[in-house]
Amino acid sequence: MVRGFAILLSFQWLGELLSTGLNLPLPGSVIGMVLLLITLRFGLIKLTWVNEAAELLLKNLSMLFVPAGVGVMVYFDLIAKQWLPLTVATLLSTLAVLATTGLTAKFMSRKGGGND
Amino acid sequence: MTNTLLASPLFGITLTLLVFHLATLLNQRFKYTLLNPTIVAIVTIIVILRQSDISYTDYSAGGDIILFLLGPSVVALGVPLYQRRTEVMQRLIPILSGISVGAITSIFTTTVIVLLLGGDEQLAITIAPKSVTTPIAIGLAAKFGGLVPLTAAVVVMTGCFGAVVGPALCKFLRINDPAAMGLAMGTAAHGIGTGRMLEIDLMGGAIAGLAIGLNGLITSMLMPVLKVILG
Repeated sequence: MVRGFAILLSFQWLGELLSTGLNLPLPGSVIGMVLLLITLRFGLIKLTWVNEAAELLLKNLSMLFVPAGVGVMVYFDLIAKQWLPLTVATLLSTLAVLATTGLTAKFMSRKGGGND
Repeated sequence: MTNTLLASPLFGITLTLLVFHLATLLNQRFKYTLLNPTIVAIVTIIVILRQSDISYTDYSAGGDIILFLLGPSVVALGVPLYQRRTEVMQRLIPILSGISVGAITSIFTTTVIVLLLGGDEQLAITIAPKSVTTPIAIGLAAKFGGLVPLTAAVVVMTGCFGAVVGPALCKFLRINDPAAMGLAMGTAAHGIGTGRMLEIDLMGGAIAGLAIGLNGLITSMLMPVLKVILG
């Protein structure tokens, strides 16, 4: 477990380093995810080394969101000022993304002779 | 003495774990999608802090420690991506095109609606990563000058809304293939949508989990474009 966390944090740190050092548009954590994927693929990192730590974090992901959401109380005034564009954009766009993603996947797998 | 205790990380961490645990029990008891433990816990903690006049700064001493774990969680998303690499390669074209279209739709529709309804550029940047999982969305908002806590709130709101309406909308649009449905749920409603999809279909849930990571990547690459367009 300690090894797993050490690896995950090292990759994040490396990602942050690349992100700021090379002025990349990606957050360090995303670069870390790609680096982990590549090193797993080429066997430099064994799945068993990181599996436990990754599972622990991802299983409790919904709890980790809570403090981020509580932080919104600081911005209540700002939300009150722009509540209309904020809620309308969020709700309508969510419907649009659900529809376009699902329909594109459905259309493309049919076109490609998918077995569904 | 009370003040020292409130300012210690012990307070924020304990409150978060305790309230989230109770919210999970409530969700298991009533099995109602709107009683999403994340949103119930957020609202409850805000009400507790306001009612007892405890400042957000006191809470965040502990809250920030939990928040920190979102970073390594993003790195950890590489593990399920690696584990499902065979399924991914088999369905690569529909998966990539579905997520790309979804990511572009998300950024485009939020920005246009925000600007049409009188919101400013900062609000557009704040809401644009709404369909991406919180840790990535937070990173993007911070990097491109959005309001980070507001992004976090919008992401949670998006996840809950998508998880509630997603399955019905898919049925209405005759998207019956669990893989296509999971892709839509994960792309539009990240972790919260994935949780809902896992209850409906296992394979669909796995694809949704994959969509979280890929949409995060694609949106991360689209955000600089949006920043340039908005100026």
